[in-house]
Amino acid sequence: MQSTESLFENIRNDFPILKRTVRDNKPLVYLDNASTTQKPNQVIDSISDYYQNHNANIHRAVYALAEESTEAYEAARDKVANFVNIKNRQEIIFVRGTTEAINLVAYAWGRPHINEGDIIVTTEYEHHSNIVPWQLLTQEKHAKLEYIGMDDNGELILDDLDKYLATDKVKLVTFSLMSNVLGTITNAEKIIEKCKAAGVLTLVDGAQAVPHMKVDIEKLGCDFFAFSGHKMLAPTGIGVLWVKKSVLETMSPFHGGGDMIREVHKYETTWNDLPYKFEAGTPNIADVIGLGSAIDYLTKIGMDAVREHEVELTKYAIEKLSAVKGLHIYGTKDISKRGGVISFNFADVHPHDVAQIIDEEGIAVRSGHHCAQVLMERLNVAATSRASFYIYNTKHDIDILVNSLNIVAKVFKL
Amino acid sequence: MSSNADIYHEMIVDYSRNPINYGEIENHDVTFHDSNPLCGDSIDIDMKIDEDKVTDIKFHGKGCAICMACSSILTEITKGKSIDEVRAIEKNDVLSELGLEHLQAVRIKCALLSLKVLKSALYTYIGDNLKDTQDVDKLKEEAANLY
Repeated sequence: MQSTESLFENIRNDFPILKRTVRDNKPLVYLDNASTTQKPNQVIDSISDYYQNHNANIHRAVYALAEESTEAYEAARDKVANFVNIKNRQEIIFVRGTTEAINLVAYAWGRPHINEGDIIVTTEYEHHSNIVPWQLLTQEKHAKLEYIGMDDNGELILDDLDKYLATDKVKLVTFSLMSNVLGTITNAEKIIEKCKAAGVLTLVDGAQAVPHMKVDIEKLGCDFFAFSGHKMLAPTGIGVLWVKKSVLETMSPFHGGGDMIREVHKYETTWNDLPYKFEAGTPNIADVIGLGSAIDYLTKIGMDAVREHEVELTKYAIEKLSAVKGLHIYGTKDISKRGGVISFNFADVHPHDVAQIIDEEGIAVRSGHHCAQVLMERLNVAATSRASFYIYNTKHDIDILVNSLNIVAKVFKL
Repeated sequence: MSSNADIYHEMIVDYSRNPINYGEIENHDVTFHDSNPLCGDSIDIDMKIDEDKVTDIKFHGKGCAICMACSSILTEITKGKSIDEVRAIEKNDVLSELGLEHLQAVRIKCALLSLKVLKSALYTYIGDNLKDTQDVDKLKEEAANLY
């Protein structure tokens, strides 16, 4: 059997982009995986193969190509079901990404179910995509949006949740399984247990978690679950919304159009079966197939091995970065409670300046508020630099990052 | 070819550490705030205007080294100028002072945020005090299309 280390070394060969150089002929060190990941040949090839050999619209025509296309599209739905353990494939809706998934829920579930005075609870470390749709909904319905606070260790203060649940006004609690800034892994079991006891629905934003660890939706027991393909080797513009069937059946359609209907008459329409009621129009067929290939790729490695690799890298990075004078790492240092995302600030140097200087060394890190301005306010910073890892990253990448910070120190006379 | 990191020369780093004209003016005649939605840089400019002349100007806020250095230079350029002269300030007047004429597109917004705020402040002042709407519309357009 191949050792884990050599397995992860070989992985790099599958990613053509990792062979290129940037700026002044520097090898690319890609550390912005929480934003989006690179794509392996297997995913890229499956998309070209679809367009070169099978392209046709799905669910309609009877000819050979249409049959192949429909089969490949629906096979990807089954791959999703197996990957995150969903028992009923009818509960899987393909969307553009996590943002669209959450907006779909806010619109199609929220509008019929949220009334004046109701409360929706989110958390201080959410991405804007799990805040703004709820602001829009609660403002329209004269309902309230409340936040579970975060402690200085970057973990949620679950007592806040008890306080809100005690009001009997909470209709939904929505939270990310992993923070995109701090990497904190949320104690989802505990939150869902509390909500279930109170008869409150839960939405889990799995955008940062699904690509990096084994996720079992059935076991989790939430009501809504969303994730994006592009953060897990798949193309951009494809994602998944899962909704428990009993809840899905109480939702109105999101988009009206083709494929979501059973019968259309001049003034009335009946809806198609689940999940097609929520997949109006020609879907993103090629990228759904690409998502299927990404799932195949990750399944072959095994999600436990993926997590183990990232734990190793994160441990190493925290150790090396902590040794850099003037560098502050945000969030918990307890590796079991965090994913491969490290946000930091370097003395008084603005993260944009850090990112620009180390870009010259070929390093891609993200700087800014990471679409989490509520969290930035809580941390009392304008921005952070963020390095985030994936299966193709190595300890060598982290060494290059740490060395490049010496250049920043020199420029800014630290 | 010069490297992008070359923009971090002495002057930029010094201004970012010790910005000039940094602070607030208590009895300002006009103040304006704006931010860059993508990066979170945020700048306020206060001005004191006497007899058509900018007699004092200060800025405060949060931003990267480029943003802070350009704000410092811009306030230096503006101080003592007449309203018409301030209206005539262009992007390159700021960028060339710091050798940033070839700044890459993603950082231009850092360099020009304070100019946008200055133009908007001037527009506010003109709109409030001079009641010259034709002028105001023109300035508004100028500020909006800065980058």
